[in-house]
Amino acid sequence: MMTPFGFHYRLERKAIGLVLGIILVASIGGIVEIAPLFTIHQTVEDAPDMRVYTPLELAGRNIYIREGCYACHSQMIRTLRDEVERYGPYSLAVESKYDHPMLWGSKRTGPDLARLGGKYSDEWHVAHLLNPRDVVPESVMPAYAWLARTPLKIDDLGNHLAAMRKVGVPYTDDMIANAKDDAYGQAKPDTPFAEGVTKRYGDATNVRAFGGGTTVTEMDALVAYLQILGRLTDAAHKTAKAGE
Amino acid sequence: MLAGLTRNERDLSLVILAALTLVGLLMAIAGRNDPFGVHGAIVMVICILAIFAVIANYYAPEPGEDRFDRYYDEPTKFGIVVAMIWVVVGLFVGDWVAWQLVNPNLTFDAGWASFGRLRPVHTSGVIFGFGGNALIATSFYVMQRTCRTRMPDQLSPWFVLFGYNLFCIIAASGYLMGVTQSKEYAEPEWYADIWLVVVWVAYFVLYMRTLARRKEPHIYVANWYYLAFILVVAMLHIVNNLAVPISLSSVKSYSLFSGVQDAMTEWWYGHNAVAFFLTSGFLGMMYYYMPVRAGRPIFSYRLSIISFWGITFFYMWAGSHHLHYTALPQWVQTLGMTFSVMLLVPSWASASNALLTLNGAWHKVRDDATLRFMMVAAVFYGLSTFEGSFMAIRSVNSLSHYTDWTVGHVHAGALGWVAMITFGSIYASVPWLWKTKTMYSPKLVEVHFWLALAGTIIYVFAMWNSGIIQGLMWRTYNESGTLAYSFVDSLVAMHPYYIARAIGGLLFLTGGVVAFYNIWMTIRMAASAASETPRDRPVPALQPAE
Repeated sequence: MMTPFGFHYRLERKAIGLVLGIILVASIGGIVEIAPLFTIHQTVEDAPDMRVYTPLELAGRNIYIREGCYACHSQMIRTLRDEVERYGPYSLAVESKYDHPMLWGSKRTGPDLARLGGKYSDEWHVAHLLNPRDVVPESVMPAYAWLARTPLKIDDLGNHLAAMRKVGVPYTDDMIANAKDDAYGQAKPDTPFAEGVTKRYGDATNVRAFGGGTTVTEMDALVAYLQILGRLTDAAHKTAKAGE
Repeated sequence: MLAGLTRNERDLSLVILAALTLVGLLMAIAGRNDPFGVHGAIVMVICILAIFAVIANYYAPEPGEDRFDRYYDEPTKFGIVVAMIWVVVGLFVGDWVAWQLVNPNLTFDAGWASFGRLRPVHTSGVIFGFGGNALIATSFYVMQRTCRTRMPDQLSPWFVLFGYNLFCIIAASGYLMGVTQSKEYAEPEWYADIWLVVVWVAYFVLYMRTLARRKEPHIYVANWYYLAFILVVAMLHIVNNLAVPISLSSVKSYSLFSGVQDAMTEWWYGHNAVAFFLTSGFLGMMYYYMPVRAGRPIFSYRLSIISFWGITFFYMWAGSHHLHYTALPQWVQTLGMTFSVMLLVPSWASASNALLTLNGAWHKVRDDATLRFMMVAAVFYGLSTFEGSFMAIRSVNSLSHYTDWTVGHVHAGALGWVAMITFGSIYASVPWLWKTKTMYSPKLVEVHFWLALAGTIIYVFAMWNSGIIQGLMWRTYNESGTLAYSFVDSLVAMHPYYIARAIGGLLFLTGGVVAFYNIWMTIRMAASAASETPRDRPVPALQPAE
């Protein structure tokens, strides 16, 4: 009988053998752990009330990604008592169902943001982003004053929504066709474009002058996104209530 | 430098570069309103510079058929110098962001200079710029020696190095413009990812062709590790970066996966980037340079087999320990934890195999800072793999996760293991490659060693302290049963440790600059007419009778 070491003594004379061996041995873990996540129904809870991001919120999310906010802020409240008491109900898988990519994060140099939406006023967010130390003197967060100076790029938002639909987010043709107008309207409640936003995304959608400027800036988009964090569905609050 | 190419290879490289210039031009036109266009222009400029470099050597005498009597080391030399440039840049940016956490005004109201954009420049700069170039450069050196054969051609290694650094430059310049997928350690966008696949395939093919030409019946253990590095990084890279771009003229894409599946895929990738980029490849380096420098054979052949297959198998299950107590199903978390703990066995098998190799050579470790770099690397490898298994235990992770402890752990591995084994290997190779007796200044190697060790220890201790304090403050309750500290309280408590960490980083950076200077001076003093040593030739007397 050949010992394992004897077998290896022969294997290491064959480059192709080593290559196939490495691929085989290295594939197993990922296949076992990842593949079932796409098929097991229990992985992601049902949340019939869940809505998609509006174009303005999606643009804000992309600014959050661009500026690397995820490097210091998580969006994943763990099932630990102190986290639930500090941040709110623990995060459910369904809450990031439309997050391509997810922004769960891995580090909290700043606090978790999974339930940030509605916690502070728009004015607070704008002041905080302009200079964090004006509202939190001890903060080490960078100032993002340039967001208020930079007009938001909205003309290609239809392409963004269409790409999101390709990866499985249920945007309608109507939403894609009106993406640009809806982005404008959501930050400009006094214009005729505002009406379409609630029509397409629901009455509960925030339609406000988030950044407060005269034009639609990146500040509007980022604040709109921060104000929807944790509020696309009530599922987590319902689960928390049921568990009490 | 490029005079080693044959006439055909010079022609072919011009064709490739012209084609890439054209791609850059098309990108620049299509993406003129987007960072995509800037990247197109960067590709164009770099390719045109490379065309000049090829043309400058176009009429140089061709290498003769006798080139096959010699190893081809020009690409390795280039790779080492480039790796040293990246390490200085990467460490500088790292220390800069460390000071930003001490004083957030170091952003200067400029988007590109804010923490979130600079951080990936640091991580990619040191991991991919420094680590990747060092891996590619040393793998060329090691595979030729251990196979006792020259690479099959001269163009492939240059294509790999050029293409890889083009990828790194696109990545780093992209972060400054805010181009990122936000997937940690996989930030570059779709077009850079596709380009890296092309480069990686060329690298794999080159490696296999060299192995096929070997005059040694057995494939030496260092090559197993380099092979695993190449193959598994390709698997991870392709799966984790699957995405749909919004158009062919924009940098932006949307990840194919979302939420929990995306998180699991990302940490399957992320943890195994640690395994197969930062561990497997560098173990390949260690398995060659440490025994050669110490003048001792590897302690145990069987131990290296066990640890190789153990690492290749166990690591791939461990990624989910990054997602304890999250919305990831618990059975996946448990599997990740279990395999992370088991992973200690092959990890310590490797570390002890390395340290036991030094038995009989400890007097050399005392006297030779280069070998001491490698020894300390093996110690830190053992320490940080123990720490990693420990932190993967769910209850420990509940404290350590999201805190600076993780940052400390990463740097124990990255500074203590990866950078130290690389510096040791580079200090060993530079005199061999440039045919000098020693480095320009062995004293400066000694200075670098102590700067690097002191920097690492200060850094890691600062982060252990801050991480554990942070974790404890977040979960402390007062007598009335409410949380004792606000988040800001914990942030204020971090301040002294953030200063200490930045100082540790500064020491490590200073060491990197000293190394760069020392290597640069060694190259300058290298006499061009130095005689060849046996190290340059596949030794004909030892060839098997095939």
